[in-house]
Amino acid sequence: MQKANNLKEYKRELGEALDNDFLRKAMDKFAVAYRSARINAFKGHEEEVLIHEVVRVKDAGIDNMMALYEEFKTRAQAAGVHVHLARTAHEANELIANIARKNACKKIIKSKSMTAEETLLNHHLEPEFEVTETDLGEWIIQLRHEGPTHMVMPAIHLSRHQVADLFADVTAREQKPDIQRLVKVARRELRAKFTQADMGISGANVAIAKTGTLGIVTNEGNARLVTTLPRVHVALVGLDKLCASLQDALTILRVLPRNATGQAITSYVTWITGANQCLARGTEKNKKEMHIVFLDNGRTQLARDPLFKQVLRCVRCGACANVCPVYRMVGGHQMGHVYIGAIGLILTYFFHGRDKAKNLVQNCINCEACKHVCAAGIDLPRLIKEIHTRIQDEEGHPLTSVLLGKVLKNRKLFHTLLRTAKAAQRPITGGTRYLSHLPQIFARDQDFRALPAIAKKPFRDMWKDVRPPKPAHPKFKVALFSGCVQDFVYPEQLEAGIKVLAHHGVDLDFPMGQTCCGLPVQMMGEKQAARDVALQNVTAIDPADYDYILTLCASCASHLKNNYPFLVGDEPIVGVKVQQFSDKVMSFSSFVNDILQVTREEFNPSGRTATFHSPCHLCRGMGVVHAPHELIEKSGYRFVRADEEQVCCGFGGTYTSKFPQVSQQILNNKLDDVEKTGAELLLTECPGCVLQLRGGMETRGSRVQVLHIAEALARAKK
Amino acid sequence: MSEVIQEFRTKAEAVSAIVSSVPSLDQALAYTVDLCARKKACQMLVSGCQEDLSQKAEDLCGLRKWGRIIAAPGLARDDLDRLVPMAREQGISVIRRDMRKHLEGVDIGLTICEYGIAETGTLILDSSSEELRLGTMISEIHVAVIPASRIKGRAEEITNDLETLMENNPNYLAFITGASRTADIERVLALGVHGPLELHILILEDR
Ligand code: SF4
Ligand code: SF4
Repeated sequence: MQKANNLKEYKRELGEALDNDFLRKAMDKFAVAYRSARINAFKGHEEEVLIHEVVRVKDAGIDNMMALYEEFKTRAQAAGVHVHLARTAHEANELIANIARKNACKKIIKSKSMTAEETLLNHHLEPEFEVTETDLGEWIIQLRHEGPTHMVMPAIHLSRHQVADLFADVTAREQKPDIQRLVKVARRELRAKFTQADMGISGANVAIAKTGTLGIVTNEGNARLVTTLPRVHVALVGLDKLCASLQDALTILRVLPRNATGQAITSYVTWITGANQCLARGTEKNKKEMHIVFLDNGRTQLARDPLFKQVLRCVRCGACANVCPVYRMVGGHQMGHVYIGAIGLILTYFFHGRDKAKNLVQNCINCEACKHVCAAGIDLPRLIKEIHTRIQDEEGHPLTSVLLGKVLKNRKLFHTLLRTAKAAQRPITGGTRYLSHLPQIFARDQDFRALPAIAKKPFRDMWKDVRPPKPAHPKFKVALFSGCVQDFVYPEQLEAGIKVLAHHGVDLDFPMGQTCCGLPVQMMGEKQAARDVALQNVTAIDPADYDYILTLCASCASHLKNNYPFLVGDEPIVGVKVQQFSDKVMSFSSFVNDILQVTREEFNPSGRTATFHSPCHLCRGMGVVHAPHELIEKSGYRFVRADEEQVCCGFGGTYTSKFPQVSQQILNNKLDDVEKTGAELLLTECPGCVLQLRGGMETRGSRVQVLHIAEALARAKK
Repeated sequence: MSEVIQEFRTKAEAVSAIVSSVPSLDQALAYTVDLCARKKACQMLVSGCQEDLSQKAEDLCGLRKWGRIIAAPGLARDDLDRLVPMAREQGISVIRRDMRKHLEGVDIGLTICEYGIAETGTLILDSSSEELRLGTMISEIHVAVIPASRIKGRAEEITNDLETLMENNPNYLAFITGASRTADIERVLALGVHGPLELHILILEDR
């Protein structure tokens, strides 16, 4: 749950979470185990095809939501169920309380329902009724008066010792921290609750309109007891859970458990159609008193929003948290309110308000890991950024991001400022390549990695001297897009790149009108500024003039390729250019390896060992995985693969200066993995990653040398 | 053995089900009685009763009241007539109803399933009868008999049949895959959190 009133308080909470050793270890173990379990679970299946099917089914559900609701209602009513529709969370809670009152229920047992968490149902019922959660994890957090820290594993943040202490309180007997025994204690304690309850509350994972059936997945089987033993059953179901047929439900079921926990299916899947037999005392004709409360709470409105309707596809598998590097560092209480992880950042805004969401949405490093595992193909990072922008539009933009936006829009001013910054930093670099004292723009807490100085001469000023001669028979006409970091901090990476391209018939051009790609301002929620610079770049580099637009910065590449069409694709005429532009964007290693097809003969093997950090925007953003590995080997290095090669380095552009503590911890994990390989060189393909990794190694005093892959290739080139 | 049945077996075993083949239903009944006779009277003894419980939960122990019990709620009359004497010989009682009087637990729940799904090692059990539903939840061991001819490759092959069951409502349909499980404490796997601690599957060779 989010209690922080402002960013400062939120950062303090993050700090506390980072200091929690148990949490950190548990999350690290989980992140690694989850990844391999998921790969196993999808073995023999075309993951993308399965996800695409889920998207199809869920989109149909969203577009026909109310028609499906009516169909469901007709079927379920015919089968003896009372069907209700609650407009708001409060209305749903009150409806449920009234059902309990009308049926003289006192003791309520619940199986897990994220929708009930969304409406804070327990909170509403507890003053009047005795409510017991029966999912083990939910019971534990209920006893602790906490919210869940994970949608599937709500108590993942707690140790066996904490659970033992808790159970000692409940049973008034001492409890040993032995997990198998604790589970049995819970079984017996909860069984006693089951026998006494007069009302059961469940959620549902799917609601099938054709037959009026609810589908519930659990591993523990508690939902079966919750829906069987008490004489009254109420199911609280989001309207987004509706689908047309059993076939559709099975399509969702094919992906949900695989993505959630790496299981092919959960131990129990329960399908309930109508008011079933119930032999409890006080029932009429041995029939269950059954109610289904459908919850709107903004869903019908969301379904009409062309961009945001996709969030209703979410099947609550929790995978977007499982792979999130930030979630891994700080846990669910800091990475969500009720809903957690990437989807949590978004849903919090819609279901629990701007105040709860405003800090959260800033805490995304934009690594896209979530997007690439989402069971429902939701473009989570984009939506998080959109909400960030909306909140700033609603609450006012912070001065720094407005300023940065203004500066970036004016290329000349921006470049003049960078040049001035170079002059101003002279006293603080101490003659080295690093800043030893930071200018004010970088706040405190930045000393976990040395920051580079601005280069003596930016690449744009060097271009006339380093420009390669035009080949006699050009094979490709290529525009080089530098991005600001390589232009102003690491021009040597571009020089190295030029050397690698030599003798391959590349007619290289560097259009001077280009400017920052705009990703930093988009990350800060300045969408207008991001649009403006996008237009400047598309104007500066006319895609019709070139075969490829090459960049050595993976973040720029991914932003130009994937975000530009969304940012300015709707502009008349420019929109056409933008698509052509994006189609031609290519990252360095795929260009060199796949298009130029460089060979071993061009290199002198050094035999040095090298490992690779795969930038988020290269492996996920551009879908490039193998080209860098192949290039490293071709150029005569010995390639050793690091663990978690594709996990973020913690840079994330402006993220690292906003949340330095989290950034530092992510970086530390990364550097540990690299050092474990024993490699002499750490190569990567994004200047931002170089900045973060090299600075981190420098501060550690490590002997591992960090280079852009272009530099390594240039050094080996004959 | 056909490929589908082999796959069913492998997948079910992968989620800790104990799978055997039986040539006849009589063999299945004998297996169940034998399993019950070999089993400690109350499995919770090794895993629950001796745990430190609150008074209320402790009171729930039915061991003193009842002996060993096989719950066979879905069994046809004549099958039951053959099971009862076999069980009696071992001092085991067989019940077919009143599961609510045994919420503290019975030793074995015996059921005959509608379908098996090879892809995931899943059993499909029409649990519309409350007695049957409870029988498979309050038992410490669930013994499920599945005729070999009823094992299909994927659930999608029988959606029409399943929908027919659902349309014939009210209906309570269960997909059961392995024993009841949790990993809610430190992600350590523990079986039998609410339902059975063990699932035994008997493939009835009927072709
Ligand atoms: S983009 Fe990365 S940091 Fe942001 S929510 Fe997704 S996984 Fe987490
Ligand atoms: S957003 Fe996607 S990955 Fe996250 S819980 Fe929902 S379906 Fe799963």
